[in-house]
Amino acid sequence: MKDAATGALVLGAQSSLGLKHTQDVRTEAKSKVVIARDPALHGADGKLNEVRVAALLDRAIATHTGHKRPIDAWRQIISDGGATGKVIGLKTNGLGGKGISTHAVLAMAIAERLQQAGVKPGNILIWDRNARDLQACGLTINTSPDQVRCFGSDVSGFEDAIETWGISHVRFSKILTRECAMVINLPILKDHSMSGVTFAMKNMYGVVERPQDLHGGGCNPGIADLNSFPVIRQKVRLTIGDAMTSVYEGGPGFRPEHLWQPNALIVGEDRVAIDQIAWGILDKKRVEMGLKTLEAAGRAPRYIATAGDSNYDLGVNDLQRIKLVEV
Amino acid sequence: MKIQLKRALLVVLIVASFATAAITGCRKKSATPFPPSAAVTGWEKSSETRTFEPKDLWQYIDGDSEQYIQAGVVSTSTSDYKYKGQLEAVVDVYTMSGPDGAQTILERGQTKDAKTINVGEQGLQSTQSLTFRKGPHLVRIVAYQSDAATPQALLALAHGVEANL
Repeated sequence: MKDAATGALVLGAQSSLGLKHTQDVRTEAKSKVVIARDPALHGADGKLNEVRVAALLDRAIATHTGHKRPIDAWRQIISDGGATGKVIGLKTNGLGGKGISTHAVLAMAIAERLQQAGVKPGNILIWDRNARDLQACGLTINTSPDQVRCFGSDVSGFEDAIETWGISHVRFSKILTRECAMVINLPILKDHSMSGVTFAMKNMYGVVERPQDLHGGGCNPGIADLNSFPVIRQKVRLTIGDAMTSVYEGGPGFRPEHLWQPNALIVGEDRVAIDQIAWGILDKKRVEMGLKTLEAAGRAPRYIATAGDSNYDLGVNDLQRIKLVEV
Repeated sequence: MKIQLKRALLVVLIVASFATAAITGCRKKSATPFPPSAAVTGWEKSSETRTFEPKDLWQYIDGDSEQYIQAGVVSTSTSDYKYKGQLEAVVDVYTMSGPDGAQTILERGQTKDAKTINVGEQGLQSTQSLTFRKGPHLVRIVAYQSDAATPQALLALAHGVEANL
């Protein structure tokens, strides 16, 4: 089946992830998740091919928005996010250290497309917890407004006020609260020793001062609580997930013995649906490698269902209501 | 009489000092487990050492910190290294409250393809990583790239760290 807007292949009875979908489901689909893949993304030397990463990004965004021309797609994203003429943040994830952090080439490719769509370089802010995390991604710190900016919450500081939602009591980074009108979430797909999966929603732990306070109970309901704060819910509008490299076991740190290259970008607006799909990808790889599923290993990411329930209503975790488009 | 007593006491102290040195080994241990640049052939220490107390370990390894805390971690230190200016690696030294904690973490991280190595009291090595324990210390060395020379280079660095523990 082809997606009407883009001509992309939409899942048949069963996707390459082993996730079952029905014809009826597609017509009722509420949340769209795009997985764009390029098996040749890494060269023979193991390094990412920058040209192919940019092309993969264009393919993913075209499928997500329905616009063939990247410039049109990005203009729509900016407009929908209410960020025209304002600062757009790109929230990376460098906590795992060099080797398992959001790739700089992806962040810079997005920054390039945003500029082509009319965003001033200084209105693009690539950010994370601190300089070390950003450098782990391969990024260079820059606070000059003449260029794309790149710095962490160690520079901006955190709000004095403690905000509360559910069990979460947090102080937000001023980059989120004061600098950015819109944030594009750039997590990297990883196994996580406590939450099971770390991807779209878990990456928000990097926007508060003391994320360690939210790790209890397998990060459930910490992750759902955190993503419920209006400042996150309203500003973090789009996820472009880096699944070009991943760890399927031993995460969230760099574990070369469990490293693999899915060579994919996972794009969508529904953070819950994205994490549900990410769970399937990790589990498929774990089984392939002879490991237990996350459920069997006692690390099922329960926070995804919590975030999708009627109390939190952050998105859709029911596979029957997710429209997965693989290109 | 007083002078004779003082001399006798001095002799006793000197003898005791030598005896202590003989028992504990005359080789002086380094204050840090991290070998300085060039102490291990080809290896250069490329960053400052960072040290984390258990309550701050999340800043370094996020949720992974919990398993170390449960195993009794007392202190964690880390430093980056470079081999021949190209191969990048990181050395983490976890000091636990006792050898059991170090063993627990070592066994938990064991993979099928890891081979046993003769470093510390127990050591395991994969292509790009190496873990060993010695007393209350658990040492993990991870390379960010891999070529034919990587396993041997990591092993040499591990011996350099082991000598300082």
